[in-house]
Amino acid sequence: MAARSSDPTAPNFRETIIRVRDLEVGFGPKTVMKGLDLDVYRGEILGFVGPSGSGKSVLTRTILGLVPKQAGTIEVFGENLDDLPPEEHRRLERRWGVLFQHGALFSALTVKQNVQVPMREYLDLSDRLLDELAMLKIEMVGLKPDAADKMPSDLSGGMIKRAALARALALDPEIVFLDEPTSGLDPIGAGDFDELIATLQKTLGLTVFMVTHDLDSLHSVCDRVAALGDGKVIAAGPIETMLASDHPWLRSYFHGKRARAVMG
Amino acid sequence: MADSDPEPTCELDDGGGTLRVRLNGRWTASHAGAVERQMGDLVRDAEAGRVILDLSRVSRLDTLGAWVLDRTRHELGEKGLSADFTGARDEHRILLDEVAYRGFQTSPPARRGTIVDFFAEIGQTVVNVGRDFAQGTSFFGEVVTALARVLLNPSRFRAAAVTHQLEQIAYRGTPIIALISFLVGAIVAQQGIFQLQKFGAIAFVVDLIGILVLRELGVLLTSIMVAGRSGSAFTAEIGSMKMREEIDALRVMGLDPVEVLIVPRIVALLIGLPLLTFISNVSALLGGAVVTLTYGGISLDIFLVRLQQAIALSTFMIGMIKAPFMALIIGLIASLEGMAVQGSAESLGRQVTSSVVKSIFMVIVVDGVFAMFFAAIRY
Ligand SMILES: Nc1ncnc2c1ncn2[C@@H]1O[C@H](COP(=O)(O)OP(=O)(O)OP(=O)(O)O)[C@@H](O)[C@H]1O
Ligand SMILES: [Mg+2]
Repeated sequence: MAARSSDPTAPNFRETIIRVRDLEVGFGPKTVMKGLDLDVYRGEILGFVGPSGSGKSVLTRTILGLVPKQAGTIEVFGENLDDLPPEEHRRLERRWGVLFQHGALFSALTVKQNVQVPMREYLDLSDRLLDELAMLKIEMVGLKPDAADKMPSDLSGGMIKRAALARALALDPEIVFLDEPTSGLDPIGAGDFDELIATLQKTLGLTVFMVTHDLDSLHSVCDRVAALGDGKVIAAGPIETMLASDHPWLRSYFHGKRARAVMG
Repeated sequence: MADSDPEPTCELDDGGGTLRVRLNGRWTASHAGAVERQMGDLVRDAEAGRVILDLSRVSRLDTLGAWVLDRTRHELGEKGLSADFTGARDEHRILLDEVAYRGFQTSPPARRGTIVDFFAEIGQTVVNVGRDFAQGTSFFGEVVTALARVLLNPSRFRAAAVTHQLEQIAYRGTPIIALISFLVGAIVAQQGIFQLQKFGAIAFVVDLIGILVLRELGVLLTSIMVAGRSGSAFTAEIGSMKMREEIDALRVMGLDPVEVLIVPRIVALLIGLPLLTFISNVSALLGGAVVTLTYGGISLDIFLVRLQQAIALSTFMIGMIKAPFMALIIGLIASLEGMAVQGSAESLGRQVTSSVVKSIFMVIVVDGVFAMFFAAIRY
């Protein structure tokens, strides 16, 4: 059932875990993307870049089934999402975790309870393990233990991101979708975050779909980068490919003043 | 696919003071029960001086599995045994290091005697009521100063906001308030007819309706409806703005949230509620007239003549004079509750409920105070 990629640029012809073909999404008369193709391979960290408002969040939400599409197909784990009956779809949702751009923590629950929501729903854990595992995830994402009993409204922006990541990782998913995970973090925190993602990818074989504007992340942890522009993926490949691209937006993105500062 | 996966199992191999535990299968969250049970048994039963956990045949390990394994190693250590992992693949080794078992001090939920709790809660409520009152008074002061500022400097008056609120409160509220008043007027008339019939005093039903509606019912019904319709909307609007830091955004722009958000709403209520009271009066009387015609056989002409004899302008004024007070109460409570919203959606819901309950309660209390006052001055 594993779909094999025929894309020669694919790293070692690995299994395609997300395959998007000819996708069209729009709101009313406004088309956000059209004819978009994208492959994500198992076990890689894909950085997804593009100008603000180009539709990165919309694409993520479309893959997750939160935004209806006008045309095209989306396959995740080799299964076409349109053909799945609801209970299969639910089973599949268990296998991915999502970090929304604004955290989307449940405001009525503490951080720990937030992390425990998917665990309670899907796993059969003893109370002790439930507690320990939630605390473990909270510490793994770099939060202090005393943050566990705080309400989301009492957290800083960066802490919300981390707490939301802890919840996304609650079930040890196979894919995590991260929408700008490091925006709003201090550079050291962002670096730790990148390292954490890399560790999880190594240990759990995680596939990471990461929307980001953070050039550091792109350089340090992403195996491949895809760029969205004019409603299409304008380029995809290792960072070297992106650097070599002569698309005007990519050039100014990767060779602009800020990019040079990062790369030294 | 998870169904076909091998359950986690372990084979024990006891030899010469060393217990070898060979782990097989998937040590993952989907088998959490089995993982925890087997490791629990191991910790309980192990007696040898040295335990070796052989991970070479573990097909999959996730954070839960790694956590429980490392916890086991730790617990064996506490029992005075030495425990080690062997044969772990690189990625499993990294994961084990990453989770590194440590105790978490979980804060135990503080539970006291229920009687103590009971009295503590009563005390807390009393304190809260006192605080509510103090806050209400100080907030009232703030609103009055903001109102005064606007009056002294009419260019600060937000006519557009007031008009918009007036549309929401009065214009959109008219149909439902007219309908409810009509029905209540009709019901009161019907019951009046049935009871007064026994004394042969049917004609007095007109007095009953006229006085009851104009003095009490019209303004009460309107206030209760407005508290439910508009008071709850104020609290929700102001509360969600508070939740998303919009109020703070106004403040840092040098705008006074009381002046921008609350004064227009209270002014609109002060205008709208008397208007609605008038509409409510008229439609309740109409409802009464329809029922006296159909049940009591009193024609509309006679109804109007009796009504003129029964009521004076003062009857009408007593009802109307209460309307602005009710408007102020509803507006103040709704805004105050809105400003009290904290960060969570739950708190928003709680404040909206409490806004409606408190306004309706206060409206009725104040109506009672007015009734006592008018009785005292024999009005
Ligand atoms: N629910 C919606 N209704 C209408 N238009 C929408 C909706 N959601 C998004 N859009 C539009 O779709 C476009 C893409 O938005 P999206 O949030 O995906 O941008 P983005 O690439 O994630 O930007 P950023 O980097 O700032 O997060 C924008 O023009 C936005 O206005
Ligand atoms: Mg976005």
